[in-house]
Amino acid sequence: MLANQIGYYSLILGLLFSFLLCTIAIQDFNKVNKKLNANIIILTFLQLTFVIVSFFSLILSFINSDFSNETVFNNSHTTKPLFYKISGTWGNHEGSLLLWLLVLTLFIFLFLLKSNSQPKKYRILTLLFQQIIIIGFFLFVLTTSNPFNYLFPIPKEGLGLNPILQDPALAIHPPILYLGYVGASIIFSASLAAVAQNYISKEWAQHIKKWVLISWIFLSLGIMLGSIWAYYELGWGGFWFWDPVENVSLMPWLSLTALLHCIAVLERRATLTSWVVVLSITTFTLSMCGTFLVRSGLLNSVHTFANDPARGIFILIFLFVLIILSLGIFFIFHKDNNGNQNNFFWLSRETSILINNWFMMYFLSVVLIGTVYPIFLDVISSEKISVGPPFYHKLIAPFLIPFLLFMALGPRLKWIKSKIEKKYSIFIIFIISIILTFFIIKNLTTNILFYTLLLSAAFFLFFTTLKELLTKKLNNSSQTIAHFGFSLLILSILFNGILSSEVITNMKIGEKFKFGKEEIFFKKIEERRESNFNSIVAFFEIKDLEGNVVELEPEIRVYNQPLMVTSEADIKTTLLEDKFIVMNLVKGNEYFNVRYQSKPFMVWIWISVFLLGLGGTIGLFKTRT
Amino acid sequence: MYGKKVKLRFLFLVLLLATVILTVFLILQSLKENVIYFQSPSEINSLIEIESKKIRVGGMVKEKSVVINSNEVNFIITDFKNEINVTYSGAVPNLFAEGKGVVAEGFLKDKNYFSATKILAKHDENYMPPEVKEALGVK
Repeated sequence: MLANQIGYYSLILGLLFSFLLCTIAIQDFNKVNKKLNANIIILTFLQLTFVIVSFFSLILSFINSDFSNETVFNNSHTTKPLFYKISGTWGNHEGSLLLWLLVLTLFIFLFLLKSNSQPKKYRILTLLFQQIIIIGFFLFVLTTSNPFNYLFPIPKEGLGLNPILQDPALAIHPPILYLGYVGASIIFSASLAAVAQNYISKEWAQHIKKWVLISWIFLSLGIMLGSIWAYYELGWGGFWFWDPVENVSLMPWLSLTALLHCIAVLERRATLTSWVVVLSITTFTLSMCGTFLVRSGLLNSVHTFANDPARGIFILIFLFVLIILSLGIFFIFHKDNNGNQNNFFWLSRETSILINNWFMMYFLSVVLIGTVYPIFLDVISSEKISVGPPFYHKLIAPFLIPFLLFMALGPRLKWIKSKIEKKYSIFIIFIISIILTFFIIKNLTTNILFYTLLLSAAFFLFFTTLKELLTKKLNNSSQTIAHFGFSLLILSILFNGILSSEVITNMKIGEKFKFGKEEIFFKKIEERRESNFNSIVAFFEIKDLEGNVVELEPEIRVYNQPLMVTSEADIKTTLLEDKFIVMNLVKGNEYFNVRYQSKPFMVWIWISVFLLGLGGTIGLFKTRT
Repeated sequence: MYGKKVKLRFLFLVLLLATVILTVFLILQSLKENVIYFQSPSEINSLIEIESKKIRVGGMVKEKSVVINSNEVNFIITDFKNEINVTYSGAVPNLFAEGKGVVAEGFLKDKNYFSATKILAKHDENYMPPEVKEALGVK
C-alpha cells in the first residue's frame, strides 16, 4: 500500500522535473559558457531515479501480491512463481508503459553523459526534444493508464497472469524489445536537434552511430525472442506468422537497418543528410505507431489485450503532434549543404547501399500496407478481411534476389568510385553457388527456377562473406559477420520452409500412426500437479526406418488462475532439425489431437540472428581510425 | 530557361513519383488476390453464388455438434440465425469447445458445407474475435 503511494508520487515528481529541466535547459541555451550547466545532468539523473523508484515500487507490489493495486490485482496471483510475479510487472499495459518511461529517461541520461565532446546547443536541444516525448508519456501514464490505481475493498486474490505469458522468453522479451523501440527516441531527438543546429555531418554520424547500433541490436534480439516464444508456445510450429503485431515490430527494424547503413555513408562521404533525418523520424514514428496499434485494440491479433479507446486517441494525438513537430523542424531548418560533394558514381559502395535502402523501403511499404489495409477497409466499408502470408511471400521473396546480390557485392566495392576489376574469385563463387543450388533443389520443389535464383543469391552472399571472414584480417568484421548472419538466416528460413513436414491426426492412448518414413506411438499419459497448474503429460515415441527412437513429452496444462488450458509443445533440437510435437484435448472425447512436425535447420534461424547481433556488437566496440 | 541541374532534378522527381505509384499499385493489386474475407453463417446463407476463394467463417460452435474420429473433426458453426456444417482435419486449438467462439478458414463446398483448412487459436477464454462478436451481434 505504501509502495503504491511512493510509486504514484514519484511519477508526479518525475513529471515536474521534466518541466524544471526544460526551463533550465532553455535558460542555459543562450548563455555564452561552452559547458553544459552541470545541474542539467544532475536533474536528469534525479528524474531517472524517480522513475526507477516508481518502477521498483510496482515490482514490489507484484512480489508482495498487494491486491490493493488494481494492476497487480488484474495481472497477478499468489500461487504464481516469483519469477513470473516479477515479469508480470511489464506483462501488462500499465507496467509496460512505465517501462517505456524508464527506458526513455535512462537513455537521455546516458546520452548526456556520453556526449561531452558534442556542441552544447545540440545537447540541450536533444534533451528538450526527448523531454517532450517524456512529458507525453508521463501524461499518458498518469491520465489513462495509471499503474497505481487503488482498489477498495482489497480483494483476497488476484486474477492471474495469462498463462501463455508465463514463460522465460516472454519474460525478457518486452524489456529487450523496448530498449530497441525507445532507443529510436534518442536517434529521433538527436537528429532533430542536429537539423536545427545544422550539425548533420561526419562528426555527428560518428557519434550517433553507436546509438543506432544499440537500438538495432536490442530490436533484433527482441524480435527474435518473441519469435522463439511464438514457436514453442503458440503450438503452430512456425516462427513468423505475419501477424500484425509481429509486422509492427518488423517495420521499425527495417527502417532502422536502412538508417544504420546510411549513417555509414554519412560518416564517410557526408552525403544523404536529408535521407538520414527522414529515416530517423520514420523509425521512431513506426515504434510509436506500433505502440498505438497494439494498445488501442485496433489490431485484431493474438496480442490484443486491452481495448480502451481513450488510450488509442491519446497516442494518436501525441503521434500527430510529434510528426508535425518533426516535419516542421525538418522543412524549416534543414539545408542541403553538401551540393559540392553530391557526385555519386554508379559503381560505388554508397550506390549499392542506396539501392538496398530502396529495397528495404519497398519491403517496409509491403509490410505497412499489408498491416494497415485491413483496418482501413474496416473503417471505410466495414468489410472484414485478413491478409495472409502468401501476400508477403509473393511480394518480398522475388526482390530478395537482387537484394542479396547487392549485399554480397556492395562491401567489395570502393567508396566514391570503383572500377570493375578482374575479380575471378567472386565470379567463381557465383558459379559454385548456382551449381550447388541446382543440385540441392532439383528434387525438392516444383518451382525450380525461382528457388534456384533465390537460393543461389543466398549462397553467393554466404560464400563471399565466409571467404572474407576466413582470409581477411577482419578489418570490417562487424559488417561481414552481420551479412554472414543474414545469409545464414535466409538460407535456414528457405530450407526450413522447403523441407518441413507436418502430420496432424487424432490419436487414442496406445495407438500407432504411420506416415512416410516414420511412426508415431502414443505410449501413455501421466497427470502432474504444480502450484499454479495441473497437467497431463503424454509420452510419444517417434521411430524412423533405421529404428532410431526419439521420445517426446508434450503437455496439456490446466492453469487455475485464470482458468485456462494451454498446450506445451515438446521440441527435440539438434543441429540438423527440430522435432516438434504438440497435442490438444478435445473436450469430452478420448481422442487427442496430435500435431507432429519435423523442422530442419530451425536452430540456425536463431543462431543467425545472434550473429547479426554479434556483428552489431563488434561495430559498437570498434572505433574507426 | 532552367539550368541543367534543375531539369535533372525534375526528371528525378518524376521518375521517383512514377516508381512509388507503380509500387503501391502493384502491392494493392496483389493484396486483392490474397486477402481473406470474413463471413458469418447468415451472410453465407444469403450468398447468390459460391466462390472458390478462401474465406473465414466465424460464430459459435453449436452445443453437442462436435463429432471426432481418427482423421476428422466435424462441427457446426452457428450465429443463432443460420448454421453451417464444418469438416476439418487438422490441429484444433486449445480453446476450441462447444459453446465458444470460433473462426475457421477454408473453402465453401455449398451453402451448408464448409471445408476448413485452419482453425484459428485465440488467447484467452473470454476473448472473442471482434468479427465473431459482430457476427453474433454482441456489444
